[in-house]
Amino acid sequence: MTTMTQELPQVRGVKQIPVYEGFTSGHRTCQGCESALVMRLMIKAAGPRSIVVGSTGCMYVANTTYYSTPWTVPWMHTQLGSSGSAATGTAAGLASLMRKGKMTEEPINVIAFCGDGGGVDMGLSAISAALQHDEYNLLILCYDNESYANTDIQVSGSSPWGANSTFSPPGKVHRIMNRRWKKNTVPMLAAGHPDVRYVATACGSYGPDFTNKIRRALTIGGPTFIHSIDPCPKGWDYDPKYSHELGMLAVETGIWVQYEIVDGELILNGPSRAISRGIRRRKPVTEYLQRQGRFAHLTEEDLKFFQEKIDDSWEKWWIPGIVPFRPHDEGE
Amino acid sequence: MATQTLYQTEREELISGSEAIAIACAMADVDVITAYPIRPYDTVMQYVSKLKADGAFDCDFIVAESEHSQFEIVKHASAVGARTFCGSSGVGWFYAFEAITVTAGLRLPVVAMVGNRALDDPGAFGVEHNDAMAVRDLGWMLYWVGTAQEAFDTAILAWRVAEDPRVFLPAAISCDGSFLTHSQAIVNVPTQEQVDRFLPRYDRGRLLLHPDNPITVAPQVNEDWLMEIRRQTDDAMRRTSDVIKEAYDEFKQVFGRGDPSPFIEEYMTEDADIVLVGMGTLAMPVRVAVRRMREQGKKVGFLRVKFFRPFATDEIREALGHCKAVGVIDRDYSYGSPSYGGVLFNEIRSALYNLDQRPLVQSFIAGLGGREVLVRDVEEMTNMVQNSIDSGQVTQENTWIGVRE
Repeated sequence: MTTMTQELPQVRGVKQIPVYEGFTSGHRTCQGCESALVMRLMIKAAGPRSIVVGSTGCMYVANTTYYSTPWTVPWMHTQLGSSGSAATGTAAGLASLMRKGKMTEEPINVIAFCGDGGGVDMGLSAISAALQHDEYNLLILCYDNESYANTDIQVSGSSPWGANSTFSPPGKVHRIMNRRWKKNTVPMLAAGHPDVRYVATACGSYGPDFTNKIRRALTIGGPTFIHSIDPCPKGWDYDPKYSHELGMLAVETGIWVQYEIVDGELILNGPSRAISRGIRRRKPVTEYLQRQGRFAHLTEEDLKFFQEKIDDSWEKWWIPGIVPFRPHDEGE
Repeated sequence: MATQTLYQTEREELISGSEAIAIACAMADVDVITAYPIRPYDTVMQYVSKLKADGAFDCDFIVAESEHSQFEIVKHASAVGARTFCGSSGVGWFYAFEAITVTAGLRLPVVAMVGNRALDDPGAFGVEHNDAMAVRDLGWMLYWVGTAQEAFDTAILAWRVAEDPRVFLPAAISCDGSFLTHSQAIVNVPTQEQVDRFLPRYDRGRLLLHPDNPITVAPQVNEDWLMEIRRQTDDAMRRTSDVIKEAYDEFKQVFGRGDPSPFIEEYMTEDADIVLVGMGTLAMPVRVAVRRMREQGKKVGFLRVKFFRPFATDEIREALGHCKAVGVIDRDYSYGSPSYGGVLFNEIRSALYNLDQRPLVQSFIAGLGGREVLVRDVEEMTNMVQNSIDSGQVTQENTWIGVRE
């Protein structure tokens, strides 16, 4: 049932990232906003024959102001929890009209994006449903800045343990208000929807890798999902010039794992690949955590706990950093 | 084009209101339909899915994972130019509320069926009108259907009006749970040729979301522009009256049936001292009661409100202005409202207020949760209205009918 997709070749190096801009001036994102870069890279990779739908969040409110839209591709707002439904509806509308001869047939990229609030929290069921419809070509991109950043930095299901937010402020009695560990979203979606042909994590610090992931997702056919980690100067409390570096540190400390699952095959990318092969050592989590004001209240004991959790995920998990359970060992 | 072979000749079928609307979907060649189960509306989706399975028409039929997604999916399909249909009942309609409100805000001509049902809690399958009514301020056209035939006709009319570029507003067709969704009646199904003549293709025009037309839809506007945009939606709703009239006149020409007015149905109101007002299938027992009371020499009539939005203020004033008293029978409640009256009651009373000579208006709440409204209930209400006329004032503004104390 899957209709044709566009031909979007893989790039080798930054110089092959298209000059084309679909996300231009006119937005009002913060200085150092990594999510804005994610939007820019996303549409560079996808090209002009695309429809982008954005759910409520920073990348709606800060990006898209009446009379000053940065989008040169068709763009539409959707509700906070609706990225999955928006992608499904857009793709279904196009598919139906083209099949019935009511619209000129051509492959049009359908991309719906959501933040971590819209994707990991509220929109999860709609994303799950969208991933079950293998007859529609669509990409859902979750840009994860690890809080409800647009509404004043409130903790989400994707916020890291211990992070200071306006809903999880450290206090005199309770130092750690966010006691939830970050949701393991991509493996959950990959394992839960085995027919989905492409699921990946990404990070805007790695431009060519990011471009190629968007392109694989858009060309492989069927519904796909990409989850990117987006450093946020406002929510993470650091100097805006370090966004790029913090993205890399998230990966190099092993807190964020870069990988893609293509037709059921797990491929680790960049530093994560090197870490998993033992070619490269993970940097201590403190190198990442202590660069951010949101973790300033963490004590030595807290940092140790954080490090141990990350160590466990690499040393005890069945698939290091990705799949947290393992088969029962019947040998002992 | 399988539909054309199925519907080459006009014919009569014994079907429910739900099945009538499902056939309308096929004949309107709807492109995207979304379903989610909840009684009693979901019968329409059972018929739709069977029609698709049997090749009666081609659509993308998507079973969503919630009503919210159900309404979001058709909203976005509509934005890229697809003709759409969905629906719900009771709390399911409320689960979709966010999507419902933005659909009107985005001016997308989604057509939905509401199988009216009591809201939880406690659970009840039967009809109440509070579900669909909850969106009365948001820019949806709201219609209450009286028969299965009218369900079919209204669906065809709904796409025509909603998709008119002068309107571009969504429309909900309310069908009383059980009484319409599950009860069969003879329906005249027209030919495909007639439907095609009446219903042009949906053309989103310069608002189409497509790479050839790279617009940005629904950016953040804040206080700078929101009021102007609200006013545009208000203007669109004001235009619906003329568009409905125009479409309804053509409907009568093409299909050879219809009432004098698309907005209201008047029954023996001309010389009536008392006019009862209600919506939906309530019309059936009320008409019987009116006939019976007329035989006894009482000057009673009935006015059925078909379009609740747009509310036909002028026609309703015209129809009710001359009588002595009006009794509004609401199949809904509005806790804490003016006079503790029903929703329709307060709308009617408000419409009549600025008349120089206005009738007394009295509120009745009846038939909640699908409880049957009997002929003797209608007679009781009429007697109470007569008492108000006799005493020159409405002493009890609101009465719940047939409630065990």
